[in-house]
Amino acid sequence: MTGDDMYRYLIKRILLIVPTLFGAATLVFFLMRLIPGDICVIRLGSGGTSFTEQALSECHAALGLDRPLWLQFIHFIWGFCRLDLGTSMWSGRPVAYEIATRFPVSLEIAVFATVIAVIIAIPLGTISALKQNSWTDLAVRTFAIAGIATPSFWIGIVSLLAVLNLTQYFFGQPWMPPINYVSVWQHPLRSMSIVILPAVTVGYRYSAVVMRMTRSAMLEVLREDYIRTARAKGLVNRIIVNRHGLKNAMLPVVTVIGIEFAFLIGGLVVTETVFNLNGIGRLLVQAIGNQDYTLTQGIVMLIVTIFVLTNLVVDVLYAWLDPRIRFA
Amino acid sequence: MTMISQDAAAPLVADEAGGLHRRSLPARFLDFIRHQPLGTVGIVMVGIVLVAGIGADWIAPYDPTANDFAAMMQSPSWAHLLGTDQFGRDILSRIIYGARTALIVGLSTAMIGGAGGLLLGVASAYFGGRLDLLVQRALDVLMAFPLIIMALAVVAAFGTGVRNVIIALTIPLIPRCARVVRSSALAIREVPYVDAARACGFSHSRIILRHMVPNVVAPFLIVVTAAVGQAILAEAALSYLGLGVQEPVPDWGLMLQGGAEEYAVTAPWIAIFPGLAIMLAVFGVNIFGDALRDALDPKLRER
Amino acid sequence: MDLQDPPGRQFHNGDPLTAADVAASLNEIAFPPKGVLSPRSDNFMMVKDITAPDPGTVVIHLKFATTAFLPALADPFNWIYEKKILDTDPHWYEQHIMGSGPFKFAGYQIGQSIKGVRNPDYYHKGLPYLDGFVGIFAPKQAVQLDAIRADRAATEFRGYPPSAIDQLKEQLDGQIKVQTSDWNCTLGAWINHKKKPFDDVRVRRALTLAIDRWGSAPGLSKIAVMHTVGSIVFPGSPLAPSKAQLETLAGFWPGINKSRAEARRLLKEAGAEGLSFELLNRNVDQPYKYLGTWLVDQWSKIGLHVTQRVVPTGPWFAALRSGDFTVGTGGSCHGIVNPPIDVQTWLPRSVSSANFGYYDDPKEIDLYDKMLHETDPTKQRADMWNFVKWVLDDQAHFIETMWWYRIVPLRSYVNGWKIGPSHYLNQDLSTIWLSPPHCGKCTAEPAPAL
Repeated sequence: MTGDDMYRYLIKRILLIVPTLFGAATLVFFLMRLIPGDICVIRLGSGGTSFTEQALSECHAALGLDRPLWLQFIHFIWGFCRLDLGTSMWSGRPVAYEIATRFPVSLEIAVFATVIAVIIAIPLGTISALKQNSWTDLAVRTFAIAGIATPSFWIGIVSLLAVLNLTQYFFGQPWMPPINYVSVWQHPLRSMSIVILPAVTVGYRYSAVVMRMTRSAMLEVLREDYIRTARAKGLVNRIIVNRHGLKNAMLPVVTVIGIEFAFLIGGLVVTETVFNLNGIGRLLVQAIGNQDYTLTQGIVMLIVTIFVLTNLVVDVLYAWLDPRIRFA
Repeated sequence: MTMISQDAAAPLVADEAGGLHRRSLPARFLDFIRHQPLGTVGIVMVGIVLVAGIGADWIAPYDPTANDFAAMMQSPSWAHLLGTDQFGRDILSRIIYGARTALIVGLSTAMIGGAGGLLLGVASAYFGGRLDLLVQRALDVLMAFPLIIMALAVVAAFGTGVRNVIIALTIPLIPRCARVVRSSALAIREVPYVDAARACGFSHSRIILRHMVPNVVAPFLIVVTAAVGQAILAEAALSYLGLGVQEPVPDWGLMLQGGAEEYAVTAPWIAIFPGLAIMLAVFGVNIFGDALRDALDPKLRER
Repeated sequence: MDLQDPPGRQFHNGDPLTAADVAASLNEIAFPPKGVLSPRSDNFMMVKDITAPDPGTVVIHLKFATTAFLPALADPFNWIYEKKILDTDPHWYEQHIMGSGPFKFAGYQIGQSIKGVRNPDYYHKGLPYLDGFVGIFAPKQAVQLDAIRADRAATEFRGYPPSAIDQLKEQLDGQIKVQTSDWNCTLGAWINHKKKPFDDVRVRRALTLAIDRWGSAPGLSKIAVMHTVGSIVFPGSPLAPSKAQLETLAGFWPGINKSRAEARRLLKEAGAEGLSFELLNRNVDQPYKYLGTWLVDQWSKIGLHVTQRVVPTGPWFAALRSGDFTVGTGGSCHGIVNPPIDVQTWLPRSVSSANFGYYDDPKEIDLYDKMLHETDPTKQRADMWNFVKWVLDDQAHFIETMWWYRIVPLRSYVNGWKIGPSHYLNQDLSTIWLSPPHCGKCTAEPAPAL
């Protein structure tokens, strides 16, 4: 593996992002315009009041919706290139500001969910692989498949109910997490008490995915010759697992964690709805509902960019570690 | 075709090499149960969902949409085995009919998306060159959207309802399926008999359909089976958000919003049973899929 | 019209509030300058001019005398801003909040919460009692109820159905109290006359005949805020029809079987048996989603196949406004009970922009005008009945169902709030006070405000 190869691969891989982001931008731009309805009608009339045609056209002009479609599109793409997402058509505030006020909630849930997932998944997955086909293995696998099969919002509903009922039963007063988010920097404890239930809710599914990957990666590694050699040399199992096995099995596991994390940032819509959290997912649903083109485009492009960049990092990491990929 | 194991998956995949020695059906069945205890459980669970979905009209004790204000939010009893919801509708009947909705969405999504992905993947691998490049970039774009985001956008554009939910879930499935199929097909494309077929002057479609498609069936089936479970889950999530199937259509995800949450304290059965139904159905599909993968993919066997 | 305003009021920024500010704000609403959107300018179509001859007097000249003026002026959405600011930037209000009320704006986290702190210079001396408040955004009924249960919220001012309230009472034995009121809101379904076969009055009558209002109300009113079977006139009003009169309207007949048999007969006669259509509905728990599910079931009883298209508020309005629907939920909700004005909603499309039936009906306008100009209460009641019967029975323009009912839960430490028939009104919170231990130094009821 020469540095040149790696360099070339890196350039190629980064260049590939451009058409992907452009395609995604085009797709979201035109999908939004397919949605029947009009943000100005919604803005002017959602109180049930009447308004004139003139008011409608003034609103269109103010939002730039009276311009030809191709001009709006170029404006959007050019803005995106300059990292300027524009102004929300609904609130009139910068899209970047709207996103920035919601992003911390989603990010915090995703981070905690990751921590929970890793804590559960890595030990269980490893044990499961070591005791392959035992009852322990079967139990862990069942637990994992159930995690993938259970709708996270249902766990959310049931756990919220359980917390309310149990606290009422044991302490006399029902308790639920605060629904008014504060950032972890302001009130660490309060903030954590808000996100812990949602994080567990999505963390279960997340841990299930990681657990399965850990198990199969461990199995793969345990079959490799050097582990057999180590075993033959009489090294104790624990040393083998810690020093040789886990370390080599980590790459695909880290990959899955990374991709799932990127997925979570955008995929929290349902969980945020259950717990009434003001995150990026719910903002997206609201933005689509209000037909706020600029805000929807901004959020979608943010999520897509995170997704694409995570994939880039993962791919490059792989290529760096496994030269064969570069020539595929 | 050496990919196919002898005992487990023989009935599932056509074997061209014919090197399979046939044993009696009960023997093979017992073999499968012994090797795949979880898989067997999966098959049974999938079977239950299938029977419920197909036979809902005969099995369900009540009309799933009929309001009965005399029987609102009743706890489980002999008259209503799983209780009733806030409209007095029988929850068991709604779950049984809900299996039909889940099956329709899950299977159509997997079939349409799978077929699309299969053709795209194989064609892309077979023709290669510029077409491949173009298809790959298009797939990149679709893959860059997390599933739920794509589904949200599609439902917003085309509206709610069973048909549109299927469209919304099919679109993200196509690229995922095409990717898997393409990478298997790429390997097969270089195999001598495909070259031979080309040399014989067979048409492209004949080569693709007769020689390449059968050879990517194993990974394809694995992806498609997994897609069924994913589609059922995603459909439930969309319907829960109010963006999927609409009232009064009996649907598991829909059953979990509204009354299920509002009356979770006094009538928890409204929330618990539909959730269990989703979990068990997807659980069944997934372990069935796992068993199928183990059976079809020799690299992963013995695990 | 001459409005005297006592001096001594001031804005939250400390500037005095004078008649000039009131006149400037109302002018911007009634006669918006170019580039300013005023959805409520129509409310003031009777106004000729608004002036402020001295700091304590606002003079409003009307083009013609009408009872519609005072309710328009009392509309809670007529914000007053400083003239100085409006003169320099007429768009200032779009991004800023200012007033003279009991609480000062103290922060807004979009989609999450809004905060207010006590205004010490409020013109009612001694008010408000609270040091401040936090309003939490929680669109789902389930989350709202959980929050009240866990005391994350002290109250919710819109209202809940009885079964939700019962559930709260059961969990919070003695820690919760409720206030109830009829609600000046009603909900039903618009029939788009432009879509076939709904241009046929027989089909429209069949749709309304299928619905068992009397039989469903006791059950439905437990789970939805829908409650009182009535016409398009607020049931508590002296102008509302009696029960005996109601029972002569299509769909309000005492026997539902007879009603549904008639519905089937009409459908058959119109060649619309087993009709399928889509009901446009709004993605709001109370009472829209409950209404939708119930209506679809009712219509299935006469062999109709109805599916729902449930969309968020914005697209729901957009679809109603563009006529892109066949049957859609809708109704009317007003701040002040004023039936002669409230029923304008059901005037033909050419007159009422809130009408989504898309019909033309000169006779209906005549009936309405007769009622509006009648000053004798008894005669006006009779005229109103003729109008109602024409709209709901003869023409079956609209499918009226039930009027709403408010049950507002308050944690028992919340005092001083009084319910009314509208959730738009009485929300300034100035008279609310808390019992110990939820207030700092207080031990008993606060001194009455001056």
